[in-house]
Amino acid sequence: MRYTILLHYPEMMAQGELDQAAIEQGQAAFTRYATDLDSAGVLISAEVLAPTSATTTLVSVGEELRIQDGPFADTKEKLGGIFVIDVGDLDAALGWAKQAPSVQWGPIEVRPTGTYYENGAWTS
Amino acid sequence: MDELIPEGTEGAGETAAPSSLEVRAAAERAARTSYGRLVALLAAQSRDILLAEDALADAFEQALRTWAVAGVPANPEAWLLTVARHRQLDVLRSAPVRTSAPLEEGKTMAFDLGAIDADAIPDKRLELLFACAHPAIAADVRIPLMLHTVFGIEAASIADAFGIPASTMAQRLVRAKRRVRATGISFAVPTRADMPQRLGFVLEAIYGVYTIDWESLPGIDGLAAESLYLAVTVAALLETEPEAWGLAALLALSSARAPARFVDGAFVPFDQQDPRRWDATLIREGEAYLRRAHGMGQPLGRFQLEAAIQSVHCDRRRTGSTDREALLRLYRALVSVAPTEGARRALEAVEATPSDLLQE
Repeated sequence: MRYTILLHYPEMMAQGELDQAAIEQGQAAFTRYATDLDSAGVLISAEVLAPTSATTTLVSVGEELRIQDGPFADTKEKLGGIFVIDVGDLDAALGWAKQAPSVQWGPIEVRPTGTYYENGAWTS
Repeated sequence: MDELIPEGTEGAGETAAPSSLEVRAAAERAARTSYGRLVALLAAQSRDILLAEDALADAFEQALRTWAVAGVPANPEAWLLTVARHRQLDVLRSAPVRTSAPLEEGKTMAFDLGAIDADAIPDKRLELLFACAHPAIAADVRIPLMLHTVFGIEAASIADAFGIPASTMAQRLVRAKRRVRATGISFAVPTRADMPQRLGFVLEAIYGVYTIDWESLPGIDGLAAESLYLAVTVAALLETEPEAWGLAALLALSSARAPARFVDGAFVPFDQQDPRRWDATLIREGEAYLRRAHGMGQPLGRFQLEAAIQSVHCDRRRTGSTDREALLRLYRALVSVAPTEGARRALEAVEATPSDLLQE
């Protein structure tokens, strides 16, 4: 089964809120995590998202399609990254999700894929 | 009609067809003893409990029709499993369309029922119990889900026992079954690390099967024996969980007194029961489980304490009296570990009983 591991965490916005060493430590932890998923043969894709200050949202208001700056929902924790994996069952997916470095900073959601598009067709 | 009679079916050929009452009784017996076993097996692969239940319901329906003509098969459980499996495959093949059209009888009878070995039917009920106890399922529906899918207790009866409207319970059960499939919960006994989170719910459900007065409900019996069997199976499988052995001991010791509970149809409270009517084999069995639990050297849990209380009562068979001091100690410990209303009342009752009344 395919699962998407959704990482939510508060963004560190202000410059200098985290020192360089801490940032590098976090990056190294994510690299290890991605490598582990990859060498276990379960990783489909990994995306770490840029801060929401860089996001642009499309909203349909009546007939009009509006383009606006900033995220769609203003929450303390933002969606910060996704890992798509292919494993046997929920426990295996939860096992991988538990190892995501951001688990210490924010909630992680584990959701099965309903269907995915591959080779020109939806597949489940 | 001969071509409809599967191989391995008893009562085929010259024998007179059984009466519809006999057929119904056989189907009901199979439903009682095998329901959870069959649902667990059917749902293990697909994780689709709803589909497994539908397929099994179809199989029972077909059994009533077919057995009336061909006779009750030598192994009704295997017959039902095979018919339900084919039904399930038909539905899965034609997915996503779910049809309620009856099966074509000729088609389903094409497989060889004689080839099924009854003893080889595996028991996947533990796996189903642990799937129902998964933390991804809402906590308040885990035990009802186990009672319903593993023990075949009707949603309405569970709703009664839990004091909520039947429609609410039915909705919760359907939602939980859908969630088992949608989230990809595996039918497996959890790893040691995940065990503590789930074991308590499984033990509670097995205990609930034993204690809730299901016997007063129509069409239900044999649940006490099933719960004892599953308690022992869980304990043996996990080997070193003292509370699992505690529950096995509790159910064995409590079951041991069942033969004395009713005399000439009238209920006899346990302090007035004739200990000679108690089942000595079950008492020995329960005592052995309890020793095993205590030998594991962990703090006493609720089931071990309740089992120890039962053990004190059962000792009356040997000594002719009840050790009030031991009861007081155990009930006080129970109230501090699991301060339920029942435990508090039981403690008050023992405290209020003068010690000479417990002597005989």
